Amino acid sequence: MSSITAPSTVPRPKPAWLKRWFAPEARVAWLFILPSLIGFTVFYAVPAVRGLLISFTNWDMLTAPKYVGTDNYTKLLNDPVFWDSLGRTVVYVLLNIPLQTALAVGLAVLMDRVTKSTLIRAIFVMPWLLPPVIVALIWLWMLDPTLGFVNNVLRSIGWQTLSFLGSPDQAMPSIALINIWQYTGYTALLFFAGLQTIPKELYEAGAIDGATERRMFRSITIPLLRPVLVFVLVTSIIGSFQIFDTIAVTTKGGPVNATKVITWYIYDYAFGRFQMGYATAIAVALFVILIVVTIAQMRILNANSSDLA
Amino acid sequence: MTANTSTLMTPSTTRRRGRKISLGKIIAWVVVIASLVIILFPFWWIIRTALSTQREMLAASESLGPVGFTTVNFARVLGQVDTATAVAAGGSGQKIDFLLYLRNSIIVSGLTVAGQVFFSALAAYAFARLTFPLRDKIFFLYICGLMIPGVVTLIPNFILIRQLHWENTFLGIIAPTFLMTPFAVFFLRQFFLGINKELEEAAKLDGCGIFGVFRRIILPISMPPVTTIGILTFVGSWNAYLWPFLVGQNENVRVLTTALAVFRSQTPQGAPDWTGLMAATIISMLPTLILFMVVGRRVVNNIQFTGFK
Repeated sequence: MSSITAPSTVPRPKPAWLKRWFAPEARVAWLFILPSLIGFTVFYAVPAVRGLLISFTNWDMLTAPKYVGTDNYTKLLNDPVFWDSLGRTVVYVLLNIPLQTALAVGLAVLMDRVTKSTLIRAIFVMPWLLPPVIVALIWLWMLDPTLGFVNNVLRSIGWQTLSFLGSPDQAMPSIALINIWQYTGYTALLFFAGLQTIPKELYEAGAIDGATERRMFRSITIPLLRPVLVFVLVTSIIGSFQIFDTIAVTTKGGPVNATKVITWYIYDYAFGRFQMGYATAIAVALFVILIVVTIAQMRILNANSSDLA
Repeated sequence: MTANTSTLMTPSTTRRRGRKISLGKIIAWVVVIASLVIILFPFWWIIRTALSTQREMLAASESLGPVGFTTVNFARVLGQVDTATAVAAGGSGQKIDFLLYLRNSIIVSGLTVAGQVFFSALAAYAFARLTFPLRDKIFFLYICGLMIPGVVTLIPNFILIRQLHWENTFLGIIAPTFLMTPFAVFFLRQFFLGINKELEEAAKLDGCGIFGVFRRIILPISMPPVTTIGILTFVGSWNAYLWPFLVGQNENVRVLTTALAVFRSQTPQGAPDWTGLMAATIISMLPTLILFMVVGRRVVNNIQFTGFK
């Protein structure tokens, strides 16, 4: 491909960079990446930069944006509702992630013991594939304060019925439970897959050394599951911080702001009050928070070292 | 040496296993079956609700089976009965046509899967195999795009679609994900890197062009990862709520998730149209469940693959 026969008219030698940019293979390559490059530029790169720029303006989308410097960020730092919604988001993450992860590890270990059935694993993973909107609707009905199935059960065993999503105290735990129902099976399958990579000899060796089940779980299973654990925690915490669909369908931030999380606050400012500048400033703040949380997790979980190596 | 240890080990493991059957295994099975019931029961409950007559069901909310068996709820959410019949069955009287929304969802998801998978695969192949200037720099930018949370680009993208006057068009709904997602490119490139180069060299010697190699060699042997990314793209597109809600409110382009949320907000607060909502929910998740029956085994067995990115 590099041996180009010189034409008779002896042209001036092309500069090297031109040759590199328009070599036959490069030309095809440009054609191959062109659609994706357009998509990336128009819907990822430019919007990311534009979002940052909008956050330094006040803009209602009707009149021209007005540059206000860092006013939106100053306002943010002094906005008690922002901090409240951030606090509620953190509470949600703490209600959701530890329980979900613990249940998933437990379920994965139990499945690993008793069954490798694909059907059973398929049933566990099914809720993960459904739209969060549908899952939210199903549970809105299951948890209905008067006619819901769960309250039927509580009534039949003589307990007091609960208002769940209708009560300020119970709304957030209910949202967390709905999402635990949706994602525990999927997470368990990730752990299950991780368990299959642990050499069985390790357990046999442990058994010879007289280690108890609990000891082997702590000293073999958990350390060797760490790469999966890091992946699961990092991705599920990032996702959990951005909880939106479930709340949009069930409580819409209520009752009495009890489920007004950070994404709902952004949505409210952007599409309820059309204050695009302030809304994007909150979104940028959320992005920064996610980066900090992720880096902190990687440090704490010591993500880069592997126990199998 | 190896033989020696294995003979030493066999008795102890069998004894251990023998004890486990008595208690450990039973407990494990009980937990696994209980989890299956928790996953599956809500599905029965929505079927039972959708097949019940609204008024009779409200009077007998404890009944585990359908109360006053009827299929009218499906007929009315599919827009097949007149308003009077729909209102008599518990509807709000607003026009509901889930057949139309189903069509819209199929159009949106179908186009998104076809475009995103094809264009991402082209780009992924260029990044994996072809040499061109700035290749690694552009790919690094894509990776950065992978880390930007949706909430940051959401508002600028919404503004862009509005400025382009693409609101309430299929184009506007699919635009951000039609040409690529960073994840799809990253995922497919990872796989293409692992393909044996000799195959491509042989095809080139036989006079195949680069696109020929891509179409005749690369795509056929990459069907498993291409299918996997296709399923993930479909599920992501089918389940998306906020984006189509923001840019596709109009009936003619309204997708299922948006339609469900609208339906839910239309039903009266005091007496929600549960039978209708659950019938609509079942219709909306049917395509996902059918897809899952066809490809479930692949999803379950590749979850490690998709999970670990």
